[in-house]
Amino acid sequence: MDDTALPDRLAETRDDFLALEVKDRLQLLLEFSNELPELPERYADHPELLERVEECQSPVYLFVEVDDGRVHLHATAPRESPTTRGFASILVQGLDGLTPQKVLDVPADYPQSLGLGQAVSPLRVRGMTGMLARIKRQVAERGA
Amino acid sequence: MSVAFDPAEKFAEYAHPERLVSTEWLAERLGEPGLVVVESDEDVLLYEIGHIPGAVKIDWHTELNDPVVRDYLSGEQFAALLGSKGIARDSTVVIYGDKNNWWAAYALWVFTLFGHEDVRLLDGGRDLWIAEGRELTTAPAEVTPVEYPVVERDDTVVRAFKEDVLAHLGKPLIDVRSPEEYSGERTTAPAYPEEGALRAGHIPTAASVPWARAAASDGTFRPRAELDAIYRDEVGLEDDDEIVAYCRIGERSSHTWFVLTHLLGFEQVRNYDGSWTEWGSAVRVPIVTGEARGELPAR
Repeated sequence: MDDTALPDRLAETRDDFLALEVKDRLQLLLEFSNELPELPERYADHPELLERVEECQSPVYLFVEVDDGRVHLHATAPRESPTTRGFASILVQGLDGLTPQKVLDVPADYPQSLGLGQAVSPLRVRGMTGMLARIKRQVAERGA
Repeated sequence: MSVAFDPAEKFAEYAHPERLVSTEWLAERLGEPGLVVVESDEDVLLYEIGHIPGAVKIDWHTELNDPVVRDYLSGEQFAALLGSKGIARDSTVVIYGDKNNWWAAYALWVFTLFGHEDVRLLDGGRDLWIAEGRELTTAPAEVTPVEYPVVERDDTVVRAFKEDVLAHLGKPLIDVRSPEEYSGERTTAPAYPEEGALRAGHIPTAASVPWARAAASDGTFRPRAELDAIYRDEVGLEDDDEIVAYCRIGERSSHTWFVLTHLLGFEQVRNYDGSWTEWGSAVRVPIVTGEARGELPAR
């Protein structure tokens, strides 16, 4: 993976995961899961704005805004889907506030670099790959 | 040391009532010596946000599969896993999980490959336990590791391989995937990630019975009469039939295997765990598309 394109926050997250034993990586993912911000109220009444991530086993919806040259990412997933919430939270924290180009430049295989294959399984990590791809597509559509 | 069976009236109708326990039964017996409760979910973190007090977690992806070969654990690996969870060979194991016990049934089937005798499902699973407002904890279970003997896995009785299925063609096959996967519209369950199969459709002559039809709206198994209506009257299964069930990777079909074997009493049911991810990518195996079961290929 080309490191130069990786935003600082995502690089930090990756390093944090890789510094842990495989078992403890799950705990960190759980922390991310608990940190996923609530959807702003203006979206709560507009479910049609949210795009479902079909690659994820659990229902997860996301929506990207580009405002004043900055990307704002919103995601929501049920409490009963902590893994999916964790993936969404990593991306929200890592991408929010970046320029559209920075988001588009994030390597598509970033999810595979977190060392979660063993802790979570490669199949489940694919859900995060799907999320990232959909975020990038929405950013591109909203005029990078 | 086996824990007494749940005498619930509903279970008495099933062929093997000893394979199920009710939430009420379990709540009264938590902590009883000889009983180990196991949670097995689709979401690998669900256990961490709250589980039945004392329950240990077994994850199907990361713990029941061999990390390299597409296969289940070896006898040594299984012994190490169960010992580390505090499960002895004579423990009564009650497994529960999310999604109508989908993954719990899968774990139970894997336990069966190793001949663990007393393994049961919690009727209604995780969702019913929670819906009834029963106790949950986030505290990890305190486990005292025990010795579990090395038992070789027996793949001959409840497991079918691709070659077995080819030889089985002409006898009853149950495809438990969604109607869209069965007809060939798609290769993966609606809203599930693509797991990779090069062709879509079903194995010729397989009957389509989506697995979740065996579950009632509260996640418990349907009563005996309703299950008979589906599998005997509608599909046409008969007592001495040899049956193979399959899905995409063998997890949903474990649920149907449980229903056919333990609830309805069919004695020769195998789960084809290679399932569609193998069959749908294998070279020159027969496939049928569309809603009809299709004809047997000429040999």
